[in-house]
Amino acid sequence: MTTSLILIIISSALINNVVLSQFLGICSFLGVSKQMKASASLGVAVIFVITIASAVASLLYDYVLAPYGMSFMKTIVFILVIAALVQIVEMFLKKKSPAVYKSLGIYLPLITTNCAVLGVALTNVQSGFDFLQSVVAGFGTGVGFTLAIVLLAGIRSRIREEDLPAPLRGAPIVMIAAALMSIAFMGFSGLAL
Amino acid sequence: MKNKYLERLYNGVIKENPTLVLMLGMCPTLAVSTRAANGIGMGLSTTAVLILSNLVISLLRKVIPDQVRLPAYIVIVASLVTVTELLMEAYVPAVFAALGIYIPLIVVNCIILGRAEAYANKNTPGLAVMDGLGMGVGFTVALTLAGLVREVLGNGTAFGAQVFPEGWEPIAVFVQPPGAFLVIALFIAILNAANIKTRQRKLVEGGCDGCCAGCTEQCDGKEADA
Repeated sequence: MTTSLILIIISSALINNVVLSQFLGICSFLGVSKQMKASASLGVAVIFVITIASAVASLLYDYVLAPYGMSFMKTIVFILVIAALVQIVEMFLKKKSPAVYKSLGIYLPLITTNCAVLGVALTNVQSGFDFLQSVVAGFGTGVGFTLAIVLLAGIRSRIREEDLPAPLRGAPIVMIAAALMSIAFMGFSGLAL
Repeated sequence: MKNKYLERLYNGVIKENPTLVLMLGMCPTLAVSTRAANGIGMGLSTTAVLILSNLVISLLRKVIPDQVRLPAYIVIVASLVTVTELLMEAYVPAVFAALGIYIPLIVVNCIILGRAEAYANKNTPGLAVMDGLGMGVGFTVALTLAGLVREVLGNGTAFGAQVFPEGWEPIAVFVQPPGAFLVIALFIAILNAANIKTRQRKLVEGGCDGCCAGCTEQCDGKEADA
């Protein structure tokens, strides 16, 4: 049981990295990685939201949608749940912990349209994960996202100083850096799990 | 451009190509462009959703209160995506299987909410439909081109037909995840080079700070300075 959960974490964080091999959450991956601090904050916010969203989506699917034969409604239900959840988390943090809210606040609304959150909820259902497995997979995915975006932010802080050919400046060089990171992450698929 | 309906098409395909110029909807672009045929399948399904969502949102633009417009748009788009998903599963199961999770993820495709915010909720249904069509075709063209380049280099085929002789070893990395980033980076670099030469447009600057809904406006005003 524990081993299978550890395997899910390793698989979702490293082997099937959400950004570098499944291409979810690219929008914020490319956008926010300009600054290291913002990247780390967004990463923490994403871990938080993905974990909770996976838990709620898994419960809803197992106890409401599936038993009543409404599994075709999952896309609509999940996106609404995620949107509502982000709002609730935002209000809760604002009230209970203003310090955390201050550092994460502006990133929370962005997460609603981060396809990684919806993607994980849907993949969990597809893989037939139970509640605990879904939560762990969600957490692992969030960790994978944070790892990728913080690494890219570090690389970008170096790129800024380089004298690049003009056409490569901006988006292209960032994507080339992401490609090299992706090649590095492909190494993890050699892990025999 | 004289005709404003045709102007919308030109705008979507060339001037503000959602993928290559606005850099929206990168997730599906990178993920499904392993084959040219996948690019067409994904592009057409997104186009269908985009045209219908632009139409519905434009028709309802005076009905939906401003404060709840985003949740309303999300419900409209999610319903349309579910319909598309069910239709594809029933009539084109092979395409549906190839595109997998990226079909339901059309809901969070930045292009759709972006166009709703930036265009459909301010314009008449006719123009909104043309805007959706233009953007959809622009997306499809970009996806198919990326898919074609990756398929030819990484698999030695184009639309499934062998293009290189038997003995040629395909460069497999192009159909694997890193190839997606490389090919799109190359496309944008070529576009940037053309822009520098003609000095017509600003450079493409990636990602709108993790935005999605309503980021088109932010992106439009942004100058590249990297």
